[in-house]
Amino acid sequence: MKFSYFPGCTLKNKAKILDVYARKCAEVLGAELEEIENWQCCGGVFTTAKDEVATKLSSVRILKEALRKETDLVTVCSACHNVVKQTNYAIQTDKEFAGKVNRYMAEDEYNGETKIYHYLELLRDVIGFDKVKEKVVNSLNGKKVAAYYGCLLLRPNSVMRMDDPENPSIIEDLIRAIGGEAIVYPARNECCGGYVRLESPELANKKSNNVFNSAMNAGAEVIVTACPLCKYNLEKSGCEIPVVYITELLADALGVKEDADEQ
Amino acid sequence: MSSNKKNLQEELIRISGVNPRKCMRCGKCSGTCPAYDEMEYHPHQFVYMVETGDIEPLLESESLYKCLICFACVERCPRGVEPAKLVEAVRLAAIRKQGNNRLTANDIPALLDEDMPQQAIVSAFRKYTK
Ligand code: SF4
Ligand code: SF4
Repeated sequence: MKFSYFPGCTLKNKAKILDVYARKCAEVLGAELEEIENWQCCGGVFTTAKDEVATKLSSVRILKEALRKETDLVTVCSACHNVVKQTNYAIQTDKEFAGKVNRYMAEDEYNGETKIYHYLELLRDVIGFDKVKEKVVNSLNGKKVAAYYGCLLLRPNSVMRMDDPENPSIIEDLIRAIGGEAIVYPARNECCGGYVRLESPELANKKSNNVFNSAMNAGAEVIVTACPLCKYNLEKSGCEIPVVYITELLADALGVKEDADEQ
Repeated sequence: MSSNKKNLQEELIRISGVNPRKCMRCGKCSGTCPAYDEMEYHPHQFVYMVETGDIEPLLESESLYKCLICFACVERCPRGVEPAKLVEAVRLAAIRKQGNNRLTANDIPALLDEDMPQQAIVSAFRKYTK
């Protein structure tokens, strides 16, 4: 199974391990991730205004490149996933916007044909959690893991369509597949404060505190996320338990963490 | 309503795609908003004030920069109003005016630390700067 893969800029820098483990695990699970060439940053957040066109073109180029290669597109970073998916949806549903986008592009018209999988969806819908489970060599042995979804994977659900936005289970199902105990807690789909950290660190601290206290009160030993900014905000706000990426936990369970660390 | 006000109102409705008249003023968007305590005007007020054309106070308000773009108000509004899109449209109307950038490249070094992900910086730029 071959896929186009868009890591995004944070995964080439501060969140390298999210990317490295994602590739390593995909290899073990039989999915080939081929990085899109010459991609540009998605911008980190989707601008909902209909007249913002230029800021969305980097996403369109990524989507078009996947289509040209006749592959589905895989993302890992929650923010990249949200931006690329919302851009694709805007092209599919807003003819005027699609027209403007296509006038910017010299080549063939693009009408939102590319199918996008977040890495979690790749595991659930293409590979299958049962298959993941078969490949576990180093079970989490009942470790109490709290899934932190945050905002970007789930909302707006009319576009994201990953899971029930108020009662998701995709990360919990992954945790169980690799031998952990999934801790379900109230704030798992609440906001960490996001980029507001730059301007109002107090606000980000307050939001992040709410999230990790909720997880810790429910008995979590570790929190997992797919978002570099969520991880940073929780850690920066003084979270007392480790915050790790979904792919790191998975790499550990699949026994490839050390291989990847050496690379 | 003056014609300037009317134009601005129409522009905000057009670029956001939001129809404020669908709002039934239940307040659920503001009840769920994680930035509520820090906002002077709350998501339901953005909807109401755009509907009535009382937009000037919103353009001047710090509330524009407190929204976390978490889409909770979009997800939880029972009428599909999507208030966050209106907050964004007003913020764009504010920062698109010359000299109104909230953040410039010169501000960035002082805000960085060695762990901060690139995502935080590009996102803030996209939201605060034109
Ligand atoms: S998107 Fe903004 S206005 Fe809406 S709930 Fe989130 S922080 Fe509040
Ligand atoms: S949740 Fe929707 S209907 Fe209720 S006040 Fe907010 S915008 Fe209006």
